[in-house]
Amino acid sequence: MRLKLVPPDTKWDFFKRWQLTFGASALAMVLSIVMFFAVGLNFGIDFLGGTTIRTESSQAVDVAAYRGAIAPLDLGDVTITQVFDASFDEDEHVAQIRIQQQEGHEAITPEVIEQIKTALQGVDSEIEFPSIESVGPKVSGELVWTAIEAVILAIAAVLFYIWLRFEWQFSLGAVAALVHDVTLTIGIFCLLQIRFDLTIIAALLTIVGYSLNDTVVVFDRVRENLRRYKKLDLKEVLNLSINETLSRTVMTSVTTLIALVSLYVLGGDVIRGFVFAMIWGVVVGTYSSIFVAAPILLRLGVKRDWSKPSQGGGTQFADVDA
Amino acid sequence: MLQIPTWKRVLIWGVTVLVLFMAVPNLFYPRVETHNDAVKQIEAAGATPEREEAAVGWPSWMPSGLVNLGLDLRGGAYLLADVQVADVYAERMTGYWPEVRDALREERDTVGAIRRVDGPDGELHVKIANPDGMETAIAVVSNLSRPILSLTGVGSNDIEVSGSGDTLVVQLSEHEKIATDDRTVKQSLEIVRRRVDEAGTREPSIQRQGETRIIIQVPGVGSAQELKDLIGQTAKLTFQPVVSRTSDPDATAGARNIVVPSMDEEGTYYILEEAAVVSGEELTDAQPSFDQNGRPAVSFRFNPTGARKFGDYTRDNIGSPFAIVLDNEVISAPTIQDHIPGGSGIITGNFTIEESTNLAVLLRAGALPAEMIFLQERTIGPELGADSVEAGRIATIVAFVAVLAFMGLSYGLFGVFANIALIVNVGLIFGLLSIIGATLTLPGIAGIVLTVGMAVDANVLVFERIREELKTARGPSRAIELGYEKALSAILDANVTTFITAAILYALGSGPVRGFAITLGLGILTSVFTAIFITRLLIVMWFERRRPKTIEV
Repeated sequence: MRLKLVPPDTKWDFFKRWQLTFGASALAMVLSIVMFFAVGLNFGIDFLGGTTIRTESSQAVDVAAYRGAIAPLDLGDVTITQVFDASFDEDEHVAQIRIQQQEGHEAITPEVIEQIKTALQGVDSEIEFPSIESVGPKVSGELVWTAIEAVILAIAAVLFYIWLRFEWQFSLGAVAALVHDVTLTIGIFCLLQIRFDLTIIAALLTIVGYSLNDTVVVFDRVRENLRRYKKLDLKEVLNLSINETLSRTVMTSVTTLIALVSLYVLGGDVIRGFVFAMIWGVVVGTYSSIFVAAPILLRLGVKRDWSKPSQGGGTQFADVDA
Repeated sequence: MLQIPTWKRVLIWGVTVLVLFMAVPNLFYPRVETHNDAVKQIEAAGATPEREEAAVGWPSWMPSGLVNLGLDLRGGAYLLADVQVADVYAERMTGYWPEVRDALREERDTVGAIRRVDGPDGELHVKIANPDGMETAIAVVSNLSRPILSLTGVGSNDIEVSGSGDTLVVQLSEHEKIATDDRTVKQSLEIVRRRVDEAGTREPSIQRQGETRIIIQVPGVGSAQELKDLIGQTAKLTFQPVVSRTSDPDATAGARNIVVPSMDEEGTYYILEEAAVVSGEELTDAQPSFDQNGRPAVSFRFNPTGARKFGDYTRDNIGSPFAIVLDNEVISAPTIQDHIPGGSGIITGNFTIEESTNLAVLLRAGALPAEMIFLQERTIGPELGADSVEAGRIATIVAFVAVLAFMGLSYGLFGVFANIALIVNVGLIFGLLSIIGATLTLPGIAGIVLTVGMAVDANVLVFERIREELKTARGPSRAIELGYEKALSAILDANVTTFITAAILYALGSGPVRGFAITLGLGILTSVFTAIFITRLLIVMWFERRRPKTIEV
């Protein structure tokens, strides 16, 4: 007996309610953009500059007392958050203290770190400092640009590769799905105010890679079916291709999610945000290759006769249904 | 029909076994690490019985390459330093001044009296009394320039000389600046490396990043501050002529002179000439020793040019004091008793034995040519690192087992083949990481876990395809063959695109992110390899043996 997540020989119509799914995606994207400008991302020190100090103690974290101890140092904006994790021992109490960029300095000065340590030790004599991280404004500014560059470069490279291997319509469909995924990921980070740091950019690029992986598999089948069923409607071909690859799409997404969820639960708090971004990306990426990339391909139409070189942009058989 | 030539089978198994063999040391991490450390110590400092004993803990015919653990997994300190390369320009120009002065003095008749005036940093401004002699002055000073010996600056000279009104401006040429910057950063890198090595920590990583930056990562150091203290000691030694002594720190020093405090005598300051006679860069050796009264001291020796300059100066200035200056503090200001021709000498001060030993080490290592500003720093405690390794290990194992079970349930026997390939796959990733000596970071572990999830994709593509081909019923062997054939383009396209993003991530990322890009990229390579070679070979071998009439995927 086999475990089957998708019944064999599905013949679902993925475009029956395309206005609805497409509309939902568009709405989610708009909301994400609005969130980005209205609420903004909770940027980490990688992008804003500043210092984070991780504290650990056998005594319970008293955020107010910590704040009280640090306040006299006059360091500007200080955020203190307690960190919880299933992997912590009973008497392991962790907090994260974030201090804004200090005027006129690159990295934080050792004197300031010493002052903070002494102040906190006054509150809790057991306290230890397992990690201290400090980023100067010069580097954080550059990191923002490198990150934007990386994402744009990745999308451009992929656009080019798919255009090379398929047709430009496929390329646009795939990139629309990518932009959709990246936008929604940024949206959820704005909504939940999860810290957005350099590793999240790595996650974003992985999402780009994953989402593409999915889209390409569907497109590959579309290309094959277009050659095989020359008379069939583009819509039918797309539906057929999605149905044929559906079992694989679900299988891969599920195995990837199994791995990621175990990392999310057991991998510790340090990379939780990173793993969350990827889990979200896998879900959204799977959705978008079916409900974003394919409808766009349907709208744009494709060249049908693959045995001859392209004529006039290849849209002469543009789908009448679209 | 399903056929794979024997040579191909041998090659596939050969490569697989070889890479897996390279991964073996990672299973015995502490033992191999002790062995490697011992071997390194024996090479560096000779054999002792304990070291020999530690070295035999791991057989020498086995590979001993390990996956390096990144700072976030091992604990340690990270610094990103920016070398202030422009500092050197000013120093170079000050160094040029005596030469320029002497050359212009010879042309006193046409140029008139000269004096140095303040200019912007890195430029030497000389006022000449007779502006009509400017052309001569420019020609004379230009003659002092030397051709640049670098690939980019062929045919150009190291200084540019220009004149406006009565001011002669000398500065480094653009090509020379580029060459100087490069030298400064390389020199800084080397000095940082030597100082970190002196401290004897394991596997420090000191790399240049971009034009003027240096990344320093040292595992096992308690804090970034400790690391800064270690490399931040400048130990810049110069010998400068003394103009006078004073107790006023704000005394007017006069042109080209500087006020420097004394190291031992509080409230005493020396006014020194700015241009040094000899500097620490011209030292060839420095050793802790004792002076004739048995107090700790440091003896030193100059290289030939330094020795000549030092000899000439002492010969010409018998009876006048000169200062030994360390990091802008006067260690001592003895009076020159006699001509010192040999180029060696001794520094005395109120040192303890430990101080004199340290000073000798620092002098040997040399001074940092320019200041370093720290742009980014990170300290990670060893426990946090160990916790991360532990969490990563558990998460990987759980992910692994869950995916194995899921694949087994979904594809039966074929799932088992895919699972074998998956296990081999993770082994291959570790083997490759060991071979290229890559560093595993926490996001890197995430990359491996992600690979575990995604690696089955290629197999899933093939298996789903075989299922479809079985429906058209042309026999199982044909279905398997077609399954692989037709899934190949999807596998390649899907993985090439993911690989592109991993490559971009590697190129633009740094530190932990780069670690993630490495494992992700290697994971893609190994998962494609295992899917289209190993799983296939397993299936073919099984098929040859059983010759089933029907198969169920």
